[in-house]
Amino acid sequence: MAYIHWVHGEDMIRTENLCKVFVSGFLMRKVPALTGLSMEVRKGEVFGFLGPNGAGKTTTLKILMGLIYPSSGKAWIMGRELGDVDVKRGVGFLPEHPYFYDYLTANEFLDFYGRLFGLGRADRRSRSAELLRQVGLERSGDVQLRKFSKGMLQRIGIAQALINDPELVVLDEPMSGLDPIGRKEVRDIIIGLKDKGKTVFFSTHILPDVEVICDRVAILVKGELRATGTVAELLGGMGAKAVEMTVEGLGEAETGVLSGLAANVMVRGRQTVLFFDDLDKAGQAKRLVCRGEGEIVSLIPHSPSLEDLFLKEVRKGEGA
Amino acid sequence: MKVYAIAVNTFKEVIRDKIFYSLVFFALLILGMSVIMSALTVGERAKIIEDLSLAGISIFGIIISIFVGIGLVSKELEKKTIYTIISKPIQRYEFLLGKYLGLALVLLAYISVMTLVFLVVLLLSTGVLGVGLLPAVLLIYVELLVVTAAALLFSTFSTPTLSATYTLALYIIGHLTSDLKGLAAKAGAESAKAVLEFLYYALPNLENFNIKGKVVHDVPVGAAYMFMAAGYGAFYVCALLLLAALIFQKRNFK
Repeated sequence: MAYIHWVHGEDMIRTENLCKVFVSGFLMRKVPALTGLSMEVRKGEVFGFLGPNGAGKTTTLKILMGLIYPSSGKAWIMGRELGDVDVKRGVGFLPEHPYFYDYLTANEFLDFYGRLFGLGRADRRSRSAELLRQVGLERSGDVQLRKFSKGMLQRIGIAQALINDPELVVLDEPMSGLDPIGRKEVRDIIIGLKDKGKTVFFSTHILPDVEVICDRVAILVKGELRATGTVAELLGGMGAKAVEMTVEGLGEAETGVLSGLAANVMVRGRQTVLFFDDLDKAGQAKRLVCRGEGEIVSLIPHSPSLEDLFLKEVRKGEGA
Repeated sequence: MKVYAIAVNTFKEVIRDKIFYSLVFFALLILGMSVIMSALTVGERAKIIEDLSLAGISIFGIIISIFVGIGLVSKELEKKTIYTIISKPIQRYEFLLGKYLGLALVLLAYISVMTLVFLVVLLLSTGVLGVGLLPAVLLIYVELLVVTAAALLFSTFSTPTLSATYTLALYIIGHLTSDLKGLAAKAGAESAKAVLEFLYYALPNLENFNIKGKVVHDVPVGAAYMFMAAGYGAFYVCALLLLAALIFQKRNFK
């Protein structure tokens, strides 16, 4: 059903030095929202676009969707430069906190968006029914959207973004404001799209979801791209793994030596919990405990999470 | 097809709004009142009903044009529904045209229903078949189309309150443009004369669409006049929509 097809070898989304400066207020104050963003989203990948509030994620998505114009720089969608309205035949978009025509019923709503793509009546009917089923709203087809809950609105919003069976799906904060069940449903929809070979580009600040479903991520802070790559690549650069060791029945002398090796020590009754930020030190401590009378209760490796990386990148700017 | 889809959606939007019905209710009230008024007044009953009813249809039509017209675009911006539209394969001017045609359709429905009710009331209360009044109704519709286009233009770059003020001002000045010309003739300074003359030629002369007095008093209005007036209205509608499209094309939807 998508009329515009991906050109072999082209990125689904590519931006080159994209900048946006907003001019606000009576004094025409210039507020940079995006500075020199260059990145690409490849075909078939789920790409997470991360950043704190106000980082410029929504601005980027709006530029890509033709809602605002970049101040400078270029961008291409499926190999076509911005401004080519035709390319949107192959794109689906869900805005942040979507508001919809609440006087329409779910069926009318999807039918309307189907018409914007020039779909025939039969196509619109079958597609609407299929999507309502997919997002779990098959019983609400004749209900006006004003009676929908927040979660239902998010789901009908996703259905709207998929009405044209797009090659590229762009979602702005699709999980925000949803309960854990709703988030899982959205995650499942994204994974389902990937399985069908679609490309999904979404912005979020809900990090655990990203680690599970994203092939690649980019981190945007204050309008600047700070990092991009697979989750494993980005975390690989985070340095050594940390280890948490819990021991029992330590002598006083041993406790003293171990405390010297550990980055942090916590005593919980008979147990001592030691944190090591270095694998070598953890190894030394393990041998020491084994030689003495103490006993290791548990040994837990801690790999750095995306959250650690995210916080590190966000704080980098604050320290400067 | 896309323009049609937007137009139908806009039609539904207005038709499913309670405000529209309250306006229609008041317009119908005026029609009813005209019958009572005619019974209380000395003179030709039919002419009084005709006068009041045509004025009522026109005024409430203008209120719908202005107050729904200014909301056509600003509501979409405020509710951010426009994000899901502009991200579809549709040109911005197609969206604007669809919104305009949607309201034009609503106004057509409004004016048809009101006229029908008016003619039936007239026939039942006085036995007069008011078919001769239809040209006046037709030009009221043309005027509504011009005012709606102006409301749409203003709402592409200003807030709803300001848009309403501008449109209302345009409507009032539009009915007084002949005074502008008179004022220009009397103005002392050359610059004031130039400004007033510019305004006279730039602003639509809405009196051209007012033949209510003529039809009520059986003064003949030729087909040539009707065509000229309709053409004049079409010219302004096109110019206003074109300007609206140019401004809308440049906007950032923050």
